[in-house]
Amino acid sequence: MNFGVIVFPGSNCDHDCIHVISSVLGQKATPVWHKETSLNGLDAVILPGGFSYGDYLRTGAIARFSPVMGAVKTFASEGGMVLGICNGFQILLEAGLLPGAMLRNKLLSFICKDIHIKVENAATPFTGLCESGQVLKIPIAHADGNYYSDPVTLAGLQANAQIIFRYCTPEGRVTPEANPNGSLDNIAGIRNAEGNVLGMMPHPERCAEDVLGNDAGRLIFLSMLDALKKAKLKAVVA
Amino acid sequence: MKAKIHITLKSGILDPQGKAIEHALETLGFTSASNVRMGKYVEVDLKETTKDRADAEVKAMCEKLLANTIIEEYRYELAG
Repeated sequence: MNFGVIVFPGSNCDHDCIHVISSVLGQKATPVWHKETSLNGLDAVILPGGFSYGDYLRTGAIARFSPVMGAVKTFASEGGMVLGICNGFQILLEAGLLPGAMLRNKLLSFICKDIHIKVENAATPFTGLCESGQVLKIPIAHADGNYYSDPVTLAGLQANAQIIFRYCTPEGRVTPEANPNGSLDNIAGIRNAEGNVLGMMPHPERCAEDVLGNDAGRLIFLSMLDALKKAKLKAVVA
Repeated sequence: MKAKIHITLKSGILDPQGKAIEHALETLGFTSASNVRMGKYVEVDLKETTKDRADAEVKAMCEKLLANTIIEEYRYELAG
């Protein structure tokens, strides 16, 4: 499979993603400069973490107008899998591909540490190899990860099982104390209504191999690969 | 024509920076200060000379880029 990794000016987790896809998954990783206008030939697209455009104005606010974002929107509307990690999530929110917005962390500081998230919905192409309710230890590294949406949107996310990850204790309890940044409803990751676009603040690419002492993040990438292979198989059979 | 644009978080949305400033003011003895809201200020020079058109242009800028209307509100003055 061919995974595109979008490179914005200021992306800094692009190479981590490329490494995981090529070295850990053994798949093709294609860096896509943000000036590109086509995503032809790609099976999935990842918007990596970083500080696109220096986080000027708001996180993701300027990157969402990069030429490639038109192609990302088309790719998503045609059912293509899009994963946004950290700054990638913020860009997807600003672009309107996911609902809501990010506020500054409740305690203002940039938080860089391992946290725990609970897989609330394992029936997605991004979590298919996880158990429902499974707890993953994954690092976060952000200053603006305090997820906000209006009450109606939040109710919709809850009702449609669009909240994929919630911050939790190591035992899997979703408590205010386990919420590092003040996110509404402990939200760490959401998907769109159609289910093919996921945004998450934690960094699975930073914990995807044993040598790093944690390979929990590999499950996300393996799930994506598994879903892509099944979709291809289905297309062949059909 | 110059546009002076102010962007703040909507009232009711937690403003952690505003809260921190408020606490600092309190610590410094400014006990009358409350509801501190932290925002952004943007100045834009416009080629447009007609007030109505400049107004429409600045509004579009705010809606499209300068403010995220899910969480922020904006106001502006036009001068010159």
